[in-house]
Amino acid sequence: MIPVTYYLALSAILFTSGALGVLIRRNALVVFMSVELMLNAANLSLVAFSRLHQSFNGQIFVFFIMAVAAAEVAVGLALIVTIFRSKQNIDLDQINSLKG
Amino acid sequence: MTLELFLFFTLALIALLTAWGMISSKNAVYAALNLVTNFLSVAILYLLLDAPFIALAQVTVYAGAIMVLFLFVIMLLGTETLRAEFDWKKIWFQAALALALLVEGFVMIFQRMGQAAALPINAASVLTNPSEMAKVLFTDYLLPFELTSILLLVAMIGAIVLTKQVKKRSL
Repeated sequence: MIPVTYYLALSAILFTSGALGVLIRRNALVVFMSVELMLNAANLSLVAFSRLHQSFNGQIFVFFIMAVAAAEVAVGLALIVTIFRSKQNIDLDQINSLKG
Repeated sequence: MTLELFLFFTLALIALLTAWGMISSKNAVYAALNLVTNFLSVAILYLLLDAPFIALAQVTVYAGAIMVLFLFVIMLLGTETLRAEFDWKKIWFQAALALALLVEGFVMIFQRMGQAAALPINAASVLTNPSEMAKVLFTDYLLPFELTSILLLVAMIGAIVLTKQVKKRSL
């Protein structure tokens, strides 16, 4: 029998790792992956709460988050491809101008 | 130590190691592969939490579709490694911010939840039955479900429009 706090602690550590990845990495793709890691950590805590309250609402919320994450990845990667075409680079420090 | 606890700690260790490997690897392909392993271990944690449908959706959607898309774009652009990545001496501020976030999260968890909130043991849990979940999804959450289809359609059209090469007609 595992206390729900264990799952929440794991979720917090994973979320923090994702946030750290967003802060320190410069490769836009790895930053994007870190955002996925943060979404995944939030999903883990939602499923743990769903199990705690014996209710489906948490799982259904996770289902919708997955759909939104899929849409986000499709559009985000399309944006990265477009940026790479115009700047030949996806270093976030180099992408500092709004004018293409 | 029960089998469940042993499984939890093994999977948690794998998840943490791969998360750390993802944010510290120089090569974006290794980062993606670490993230796949992380998603798979979290999927098994979902199975421990009586959520088989979510676990399988995690494997197919996250570890399958999304990560294939990532690897495809990494290899398409040829940006596996960047010229200058982070230097450990220069990121102390970011690391301190992340540590503060982690400490805050732990304080919130252990103050609000306490050790008392153990997961109930329920052998005949209704949560393991995907058809029960479908009943809730298609009755109470029917409108959000349909809106999701519109969202995915919009994302698909948006991705196509963004990456489409506009051919200039030569006159």
